[in-house]
Amino acid sequence: MISLTSPVRTAAHDWPAAGKLAGLCLATVVLFSVGDISWHLLFLLGTAILYALPGPVFWRSGAARLRGLWPFVALILIWHLVTADPGGGVVIVLRMLTAVALANLVTMTTRLTDMMRVVRLLLAPLQHVGIKPQRVELAMALVIRFTPVLVLKGTALTAAWRARSARRPGWRVILPFAVLAIDDAEHVAEALRARGGL
Amino acid sequence: MERNVALIAVFAALIAALGLMPTLMLATGVPITAQSLGVMLCGTVLGARRGSLAVLLFLALVALGLPLLAGGRGGLGVFAGPTVGFIVGFPIAAFATGFVMEQTRRMPVGLAAGIAAAIGGIFVLYLFGVLGFMMVLNKGMSETLAILGVYIPGDIIKVVLAGLITAGLAKARPASVLSRS
Repeated sequence: MISLTSPVRTAAHDWPAAGKLAGLCLATVVLFSVGDISWHLLFLLGTAILYALPGPVFWRSGAARLRGLWPFVALILIWHLVTADPGGGVVIVLRMLTAVALANLVTMTTRLTDMMRVVRLLLAPLQHVGIKPQRVELAMALVIRFTPVLVLKGTALTAAWRARSARRPGWRVILPFAVLAIDDAEHVAEALRARGGL
Repeated sequence: MERNVALIAVFAALIAALGLMPTLMLATGVPITAQSLGVMLCGTVLGARRGSLAVLLFLALVALGLPLLAGGRGGLGVFAGPTVGFIVGFPIAAFATGFVMEQTRRMPVGLAAGIAAAIGGIFVLYLFGVLGFMMVLNKGMSETLAILGVYIPGDIIKVVLAGLITAGLAKARPASVLSRS
């Protein structure tokens, strides 16, 4: 399955994931506690430099991930122009862009395996309240495997519908789709039990 | 235990798969995805506890960097964006949906699922969604409601679908509708 880790290898890929996550938390707290526009310009500039360092391919894939925010940027700027507070609007936009860009940066430079190691670390204390980390990890692996399987089955159902009807499949395929998913779960549960259970 | 883990995992994958399905357009031009329908179904089918665990599992994988949210979004960035309230509200919405479902055992499954999905998937979800939007974008309550209100008709359609699908599942696979067993 495709993950959102960057195709370009950077020096930050080798940094410990827990450190990057802690840094991100700290940065987000700072971003939301500062209200001055010049600071926010500086923060965004610094973030942009971080994105530019690994080269143009990294920059472009990073920029593509912020595309979903543009409607919100436009909405806020128009809103604050109408209410005659453009400065306030710019601060909100800068803060939002920097916060999301920094978070994406951590995602782009941290492999799934490294993230899983942090999850294991965080789950360990939960053992005392009866949540077994192994079960959570198994469930995560199952979701990663189930998702493409379900997407394929959904596509097959839609194709089967199209072969028989001129109408659009729409919501009518969701019920058989959910039945297939439940049957898959029951089979996997049986297979897990047959192999010694959890 | 194996069954619980497998059903929770498969419903987490179902939320992802529904989010990847092509979006529908309402007559008003507002796009709707089936992702929150997946969250409602977690509650109506799996019940409060297992349903919210399935949604939490899904969100954990999103946070780890898998592009499972509608439109292929994912990673830590979505937790800093303006829709963070909806994302944080997802597991709570599933819990509320499952809770209502478990409290209405005397009603027909489809009707109970519809009511549960409306309370959890619209009322509770929007409570958190609106608060998150207000926090990130610094907007007031009425402005936020005006902006987000365009999505409510789509959500009402999903509530009806959640009722129909849960009723169908209760007929086709009664043993797997854990909220009623």
